[in-house]
Amino acid sequence: MPDLAMAAAATRPASDAGASILSVRNLEAWYGESHILHGMNFDVNAGEVVTLLGRNGAGKTTTLKSIMGIIGKRTGSVRFNNQEINPAFSDRIARMGVAFCPEERGIFSSLDVRENLLLPPIVRPGGLSLDQIFDLFPNLKERLASQGTKLSGGEQQMLAIARILRTGARFLMLDEPTEGLAPVIIQQIGHTIAQLKKEGFTILLVEQNFRFASTVADRYYIVEHGKVIDGFANSELRANMDKLHTYLGV
Amino acid sequence: MQALYAQLLVGLINGSFYALLSLGLAVIFGMLNIVNFAHGALYMMGAFCAYFLLNIAGIGYWPALVIAPIAVGIFGMLLERTLLKWLAGLDHLYGMLLTFGIALIVQGVFQNYFGSSGLPYAIPDELKGGMNLGFMFLPVYRGWVVVFSLVVCLATWFLIERTRLGAYLRAATENPTLVRAFGINVPRMITLTYGLGVGLAALAGVLSAPINQVRPLMGADLIIVVFAVVVIGGMGSIMGSIITGFALGVIEGLTKYFYPEASNTVVFVLMVLVLLVKPTGLTGRAA
Repeated sequence: MPDLAMAAAATRPASDAGASILSVRNLEAWYGESHILHGMNFDVNAGEVVTLLGRNGAGKTTTLKSIMGIIGKRTGSVRFNNQEINPAFSDRIARMGVAFCPEERGIFSSLDVRENLLLPPIVRPGGLSLDQIFDLFPNLKERLASQGTKLSGGEQQMLAIARILRTGARFLMLDEPTEGLAPVIIQQIGHTIAQLKKEGFTILLVEQNFRFASTVADRYYIVEHGKVIDGFANSELRANMDKLHTYLGV
Repeated sequence: MQALYAQLLVGLINGSFYALLSLGLAVIFGMLNIVNFAHGALYMMGAFCAYFLLNIAGIGYWPALVIAPIAVGIFGMLLERTLLKWLAGLDHLYGMLLTFGIALIVQGVFQNYFGSSGLPYAIPDELKGGMNLGFMFLPVYRGWVVVFSLVVCLATWFLIERTRLGAYLRAATENPTLVRAFGINVPRMITLTYGLGVGLAALAGVLSAPINQVRPLMGADLIIVVFAVVVIGGMGSIMGSIITGFALGVIEGLTKYFYPEASNTVVFVLMVLVLLVKPTGLTGRAA
């Protein structure tokens, strides 16, 4: 097996966007008795969009949750902005500038849209203003008084992304933001991610929808059985298509 | 007619205590997922706290109205930090057993030192006497209890349903993990929420001291009815527990007038009927 850290370095695009903002080494995690992550190794550089690809149950979501500090039992090293954040409680990790948008979106039914949007506290200056958010997601502005879960799936996804843009966190982890959405909405989410990248956000994305990922990602890591088994840049995508089909079984 | 109004007033007063206590139970259940059987003992501690303040430190009713809920609330927060927090994620049964045990211990200690009979607590001078409303005589203190309880209940409702802090609380009731991942210290919020619920119970205890006397078992007698109120109203609904609390007090009062034999059981009969028709309670959400 190749040295994964080296593989990661080798696959970094020549025009390196910036220094490593997130560095994951030998990350292992457990749900109760079941061992899910078996030593994840990868890096995310400032300003990049990095996508974790892999089959269902490979450990992609668990990786995001472990970085966020939500998984109770975990070992290994997670360095964010050169600070070790494993182990730390998730509220502290959030306050360091890591924002998480969960797969199930986590819109609160007992809160209206405005309350949902304003719920995550500001952790540092430099977050998007409400006006900027409504520019990105005009739909939300008209539905501010609705109950959070009365929104359509697409609107809920927009709300889930929108609310972490206010906080000033510059590193976003998005877990399958396109799951179950109509193509036109997926397109809109893609535009949003491109826009966020342009504004300097760093994004770690988990996706099943490889076609969507290829429109936004700079680099990919392939996750299998709780490990990163391969990685390549978007520019090397064509050359790696065959391998990718094998990995993802599509 | 006079007797009817008198019973209505008694009903409203009991309803005030039901509302304050079931409100606290609802808040605690929502956030901690614990059915707080210690609530009656904490209510009693509120009354005793007022009694101690007056008889040991010479501090009267008005400061006690603030000091007792804070003091007993702090005691509650210590309980949460040292005992209740270990119950997170366990079956409800453990919470019931632990809080019931705490209630027995607290009540036992007070009974050991103060026996079972009531200790007097005088109505404050400002609220002595009564008003003739034309159709009935209203003791000022009783009117005060009803109005003040209503104000406190509505203020609590406002805090939870209409403020940013309340939004944190509601969100954490739904999904504490995610709220914490947004950077909010959820464990501290849980402790403060328990303190708030306990503080409301202690406040009810202070309000009740001049009416019902201060007794170690005053809470044990009341809490059974309050749990029936909570079951009828639906666990976890704020406005539901306030309205049900006052409504059941009044229904009890009316029963005392029209059919006194049933006055002690009417709440439980209603509880059975509600459970048969709508097991989640009148305002409760389906689990």
